[in-house]
Amino acid sequence: MKSLRFVLPVAIFAAIAWFLLKGLDRDPREIPSPLIGKPAPMFSLPVTHDLSRTWSPEALRGQVWLLNVWGSWCAACQVEHPLFNDLAKAGTLPIVGLAWKDMPDNSIAWLRKLGNPYAVVVSDIKGGVAIDYGVYGAPETFLIDKHGVIRFKQVGPVTPEVLRTKLLPLVRQLQDS
Amino acid sequence: MRAAATRSSRGALAGLALAAMVLFVGVPGPGTAADPPAASPAPAPATLATAAPSDTGLLTTPEQRARYQALAEQLRCLVCQNQTLADSNAELAADLRRQVETMILAGRNDGEIKSFLVERYGDFVLYRPPMQQNTWLLWIGPFALLVIGALVWWRIQGRGRAGEAPDLERARRLLDE
Repeated sequence: MKSLRFVLPVAIFAAIAWFLLKGLDRDPREIPSPLIGKPAPMFSLPVTHDLSRTWSPEALRGQVWLLNVWGSWCAACQVEHPLFNDLAKAGTLPIVGLAWKDMPDNSIAWLRKLGNPYAVVVSDIKGGVAIDYGVYGAPETFLIDKHGVIRFKQVGPVTPEVLRTKLLPLVRQLQDS
Repeated sequence: MRAAATRSSRGALAGLALAAMVLFVGVPGPGTAADPPAASPAPAPATLATAAPSDTGLLTTPEQRARYQALAEQLRCLVCQNQTLADSNAELAADLRRQVETMILAGRNDGEIKSFLVERYGDFVLYRPPMQQNTWLLWIGPFALLVIGALVWWRIQGRGRAGEAPDLERARRLLDE
């Protein structure tokens, strides 16, 4: 009984401290996506470089690919962009750009300046497709497998570390399966 | 000597009480004077809140507008996380408000509209978390803590009353010496 009087407050303190400590390195902006493990929503959007054509994810069925949501107005997108340029040069996997709430002319100018790693860029001017993908801030990046299922989502810029430790191992695993 | 000490401490207590009273009485004084001007700006935000969110004017009937207003106040803006869709000026919030409006116009019920957003953005879009397996602690926790607190208080009270008699006796014995 006596020992409980000492142990209990310490245990409660330790429990609270543990939760607070865990809370420190959790990003409150990172909301777990309910879409992981679900089929990537279908869409048909105009191709940014040729607005008379449309593109749909159906075209990449059977391949592992990245969907990168960006915009020429988005500063953080410039941070991750060189990584995509490298990935495209290495030919690791096709990357599709979704220009979110961006005028096609601005998107094209931005890509001309910073390089275009995308197999195709589509324009979601009104943002309807972004809502289907649960996008709430650019950049966001989705990894989609051969069966069209979303396997991974990065909120915010893809960092070299995320690429090395999470994205690339998963890409290899999905490409081999 | 002993009596003097108690009197002076009583005096100090009385002084404290007086100071506290002055403080408490002192506060409402200027407050009441400031009340009438403070009351007038209050209705302004309310009218703003009802006017601002419906930015497309798609909804015409009062019922539709009431439903829309209620929904916009229950759904979270994911960009500025502590604001509702109704409160937020973020572009995404405007997109989602328009989505809610179009779904109301299309004759979808409130449950369908909420689950549409939950499927894409997760439970986090709901300001009122649903009661389910991973949230029961959130719902029950505060009440459980209240019960525990009441139990602890009750035990301490009980012990205090039981321990009072021997203490009094001891004090009397000491005084008699």
